[in-house]
Amino acid sequence: MIPLLRHIFRTGILTETTPDAEGSPQREIDRLHDEILRILGRALTIREVDAGSCNACELEVHALNNPYYNLEGRGIKFVASPRHADMLLVTGSVTKNMENALRIAYDCTPDPKLVVAVGDCGCNGGVFGESYATCGAVENVVGVDLRIPGCPPTPLALMQGILAAVRKSR
Amino acid sequence: MFLCDDTSIEFTPQPGIGAPVWRGRAPSGEDLRSFAAAVHLAGGRIAAIWGSDSRQSGGGFRLHCVFGIDQGHAWLSLDLPADDPVYPDLSGIFPAANRMQRATRDMVGIASEGGDQRPWLRHGGWPADWYPLRHDSVREAGMGEGFPNAPTDYEFVQVGGEGAHEIPVGPIHAGIIEPGHFRFSVVGERVLRLEERLGYQHKGVEKLFIGADIARGAQLVGRVSGDSTCAYAWAYADAIEAACGVTAPPRAQMLRALLLERERVANHIGDLGALGNDAAFAFGLTQFFALKEQWVRLNQQLFGHRFLMDRIVPGGVVVDVDAAGLSAIVEQCTAIGAELAKLRILYDEHSGLQDRFVTTGIIDAALARELSMSGMAARATGILLDGRVHRQGYTPPPPYATLGVRPATDERGDVAARVAVRFDEAFESLRLLRQMAVGMPAGDTRVDVAPVPGAAGLGVVEGWRGEVLVGVQFAEDGSLARVHPHDPSWQAWLALEHAVMKDIVPDFPLINKSFNLSYSGADL
Repeated sequence: MIPLLRHIFRTGILTETTPDAEGSPQREIDRLHDEILRILGRALTIREVDAGSCNACELEVHALNNPYYNLEGRGIKFVASPRHADMLLVTGSVTKNMENALRIAYDCTPDPKLVVAVGDCGCNGGVFGESYATCGAVENVVGVDLRIPGCPPTPLALMQGILAAVRKSR
Repeated sequence: MFLCDDTSIEFTPQPGIGAPVWRGRAPSGEDLRSFAAAVHLAGGRIAAIWGSDSRQSGGGFRLHCVFGIDQGHAWLSLDLPADDPVYPDLSGIFPAANRMQRATRDMVGIASEGGDQRPWLRHGGWPADWYPLRHDSVREAGMGEGFPNAPTDYEFVQVGGEGAHEIPVGPIHAGIIEPGHFRFSVVGERVLRLEERLGYQHKGVEKLFIGADIARGAQLVGRVSGDSTCAYAWAYADAIEAACGVTAPPRAQMLRALLLERERVANHIGDLGALGNDAAFAFGLTQFFALKEQWVRLNQQLFGHRFLMDRIVPGGVVVDVDAAGLSAIVEQCTAIGAELAKLRILYDEHSGLQDRFVTTGIIDAALARELSMSGMAARATGILLDGRVHRQGYTPPPPYATLGVRPATDERGDVAARVAVRFDEAFESLRLLRQMAVGMPAGDTRVDVAPVPGAAGLGVVEGWRGEVLVGVQFAEDGSLARVHPHDPSWQAWLALEHAVMKDIVPDFPLINKSFNLSYSGADL
């Protein structure tokens, strides 16, 4: 136990502030956090749905919870059920085999809900486009509030997109 | 010849410097079947199966089977008549052939005689008598090509008896992972049987390759499985270069290996953290994910992409690294290696963690061989099979032939073994990266590649999960007629079904993560 605690102590806090175009970064995050709380009455919860990605977007969504970005430390967390979610974060050029599952997840998410399309595939179909096997952009299947392009988008882009979606919904 | 003495099939070695491949043509289905049986008897594996449509050039259909043998890979093709494209069922010899055969039927419409005929990749998004990879299957572009999406039921194998019941999981899973369906048959918490239904990630990537040029193909192949983008890009480049008769310059070969080893370390570190987390040890996730972030940030800084997508291309690589970059790599390897060594001690000495890891999700070497497994999970049963390593009759492709890779194995076959192999392989990759940085040859990083009409090639690369294969065939107009990427997950998904059988449902996430298989790579 002692070596473990020593390791934690030695690692220290790695979390970085999020750069933002307007004003001081930390104050901006705090302000957004307050805004999220005011809008939703609680912390933001996200259900991530992979509707046909290559898994690269998922790797970057994972990275959001590493100590450098520490999304959960800002009250934004990923949940297992769409019924517990305020936001759907959808990746992939929606495959026909996932089309139904995505619709069901969308219907299970309580209103008011936000849908964010992640990655070039989610935004416009990406390299896979529309075909016999794919529906293309997420907005071809469910309504989308915000798009975060990139192949894959960086964790920073994801973070800024998630915050922008909340701000936009006001 | 050398492959097995009692066959009439003639094999010729594929030109080029990639992993050794021999090509042959089976005169009949019976020859294919008996060759497969001989390979099985000699301890070989089925590495991949796919089909192609050659009716446009006056033929019928063609079945391609790649076998893993001592000396490398044997790529056997069998011509099938256009009006009755059937071939002998190989799943009785190699169980791993089952899903590959079903996928081949769904995609090209050539079927095995007998055996399991349930659809695999087709869930009802297109009609049963329409085959995406046939040349005459073109319909006007647009959403869903106009087919109604009518999901079909799947006939899972039922388990009966008092108290037996089913737990359906997916396609959307609880975590941030790819979609797939798992059907558990359980009594109480004990798993009696797991049957997977995959195909949810089917993006029709194989059809997109048809008619594409080399550059568009490279873009697609790098997105077959995003966590293995370097392995796929390299295997594709090897296949194209073998077909076109070009050789990447020595500096490009070394840079490819450098990128591939960086990909291996990134994935092993990430999974080691996730494995800690799945055993309720959040410390592991935080620590390893911090190291992974540092790792991919240097990727971004030196190579312009966190996961190194689109850096390896046919002809060479599109990136280069200067002396300062190489020394940054050496420094990082030393620093990350020191952290990993400390974390390994913490993992090894944490009784709660070891209690979850040890004896959980066991597969033995005999089963791994029977399922034609390759890669990290196979090595964690004690099988010494690594495409980067010399073995009797096999010389690894450059630059691995001269790097002297030390393979990692563990005979326990449980989660703990897969954790141990990941640690060992990460350390070995760090050592190799330092070695490569010091011995980086000078010279060009890329040569021009011109398509050779009608030519074909097969590339094989030892990715972090296992053996990644890409088969390539050019059309007469120099465009790509057919590209088939094969992920090692095809075989390993079967091992997962076996690994959970003696364990309880709550152990499944941990066992699953210890393999961390690709959905996208196998769903295509």
